[in-house]
Amino acid sequence: MYKFIKILLLSFALSFSFAETSMAQEKQKITEQDYANNEIEMADTMRSNGKIYIVVATIISLFAGIVVYLVMLDKKIGALEKNILDDSI
Amino acid sequence: MKIKGLWWKLLTIVLLLYTLLGGLVMDVPRLVILNETVRNLYFHVPMWFGMVIMLGVSVYYSIRYLKEPLTKFDNNAVEFANAGILFGILGMVSGMIWAKFTWGAYWSGDPKQNAAAVGLLIYFAYAILRGVFEDEQQRGRISAVYNIFAYAAFIPLIYVLPRLTDSLHPGNGGNPGFNAYDLDSKLRMVFYPAVIAWTMLGVWIVNLRVRFRVIQAANTEKMLEKNSSY
Repeated sequence: MYKFIKILLLSFALSFSFAETSMAQEKQKITEQDYANNEIEMADTMRSNGKIYIVVATIISLFAGIVVYLVMLDKKIGALEKNILDDSI
Repeated sequence: MKIKGLWWKLLTIVLLLYTLLGGLVMDVPRLVILNETVRNLYFHVPMWFGMVIMLGVSVYYSIRYLKEPLTKFDNNAVEFANAGILFGILGMVSGMIWAKFTWGAYWSGDPKQNAAAVGLLIYFAYAILRGVFEDEQQRGRISAVYNIFAYAAFIPLIYVLPRLTDSLHPGNGGNPGFNAYDLDSKLRMVFYPAVIAWTMLGVWIVNLRVRFRVIQAANTEKMLEKNSSY
């Protein structure tokens, strides 16, 4: 397990360094003004009447469903492992 | 019933929750053409990062397998590759939807799009190649070698070649959309956790599938024993 985490961390480090170098090309900085630029259309209506949170709630419930499903699948496989692998030894 | 590796699975769930919540409601810069689609940065891009990381881990296991042909290395190699391919397909589909509304077409023959498509085909061939062999050792060895070469071809295809020419993707040539902007600290605050979160979800799937393979093999062995005892 720890070896595995080590590989994972290493590969993160690698891919981030990749990302950093690629981002080092001539680029425009995103400034505070970009956050306040009201000429650009965003989902402001959704936000002002609060309905964006309904979308958020929907997605979070979908995600909760997927997590429950994954956890149940994990448990089922765990039980099978116990049954099959333990008495074969 | 205890769940194996509960702590990192919980961490995956927490990070993904943060990605979804932060990705949907936290402040993003208001940029021309991109508008709210800038949030796709937290969902489309991590698919590719996750794919490259998982394919890399797959190569690691392929090398381990060539050094020491144990089934567990082969299992890990194939399942990490499978999860990587899944993430690649999802990255492709999500990218095409994003492209339609920012670049104007689902497919514009962009160098990076084409290269990613070729790269995925290379990996489809890996999956097909595995199906060809009856013998486990032979399948393991040949597909391990193929896997290493596939990765060696894939990385230049998506990381290097598109940067040598004009591409619509960020960091390559001139275009509207994301290209011109540098990621700022606010975007990074969600983007990096998102990459880790999605990759860990992939690892969880790999974990389940590898365990499934082990059970399946043990089960087949049991059946064979039963049959031979008659």
